[in-house]
Amino acid sequence: MPEGHRESFRAGVRVGIPIAAASLLVGISFGVLAEPVMGDVAPIVMSAIVFAGSAQFAATAVLAGGGGAVAAIVAGILLNARFLPMGIAIAPSVRGGVLWRTLTGQAIIDASWALANRGGGRFDVHYMLGATLVNYPAWVAGAAIGVFGSRVIGDPATLGLDAIFPAFFLGLLANELRGGLSIGAAGIGAAVALALTPFTPAGVPVLAACAGALLGLARR
Amino acid sequence: MSAVWVTIGGLAVATAAVKAAGPVALGGRPLPTPLLMVISLLAAALLAALVATQTFADGKSLVVDARAGGVAAAAAAIALRAPLVVTIVVAALVTATLRAVS
Repeated sequence: MPEGHRESFRAGVRVGIPIAAASLLVGISFGVLAEPVMGDVAPIVMSAIVFAGSAQFAATAVLAGGGGAVAAIVAGILLNARFLPMGIAIAPSVRGGVLWRTLTGQAIIDASWALANRGGGRFDVHYMLGATLVNYPAWVAGAAIGVFGSRVIGDPATLGLDAIFPAFFLGLLANELRGGLSIGAAGIGAAVALALTPFTPAGVPVLAACAGALLGLARR
Repeated sequence: MSAVWVTIGGLAVATAAVKAAGPVALGGRPLPTPLLMVISLLAAALLAALVATQTFADGKSLVVDARAGGVAAAAAAIALRAPLVVTIVVAALVTATLRAVS
């Protein structure tokens, strides 16, 4: 890795530590909620190989409600659909062979991706990789703690753990609001998502909220 | 194989494919300028949508519950330039407290 990239990677690791703290706590609540549905091992394996919080919660909720594997997978894919435009967004910044580009894509998680945004369509992918790399063990360890500590922990809602991700994303959003257009995009995004929530399957509202970014076409 | 393991396997493959699609298909190539302008606002739109749905959505209903109080407290912490870790702890504590007293 060239020195500049290594610097970015290290900076990403440092900024990833608070993300890892949030992921650990939300990971614990995933483990607690998934354990009665899937048993001891499956929630940990799921966190390790799916590694996408909202999709894991959605798929688990479908299975818990008696739904089949296909319905659970579809629910998860809908929640993950936003990673497609996010992947297109970083694509110009991802150089190298197909294997490297595939691996770099796996490092897309909401927080790291947003923090790596350098404006004007540029992303610091090594920064994103560093931030995601510290996040991954925290997410998997959280699931394990949740599964095996579920009796001690009780209902994650009692501890307010369900407020952690929205609070965390709000902190990231505050960094993104750099001017009138970004505030407008955020307002449209939130309004579209809330307006669609009663009418569409979970995941669609957040995907459709990307439309808020079309405000960028107003820039000259 | 049980539905659980089929779900985990299927979702793992699908997630990896969705995340890789952009970088694999378009990696290293410049995108047209209008698209770049859209992309520069994508994070703001997506994060706002995530905050809104995770605060107010309960399944398909929109509700104002203890989470809203926790996220409002987080907004105050952010305005006071609190570190991110402090912000999330404040959100969880306020949410838990509101649930305990209601």
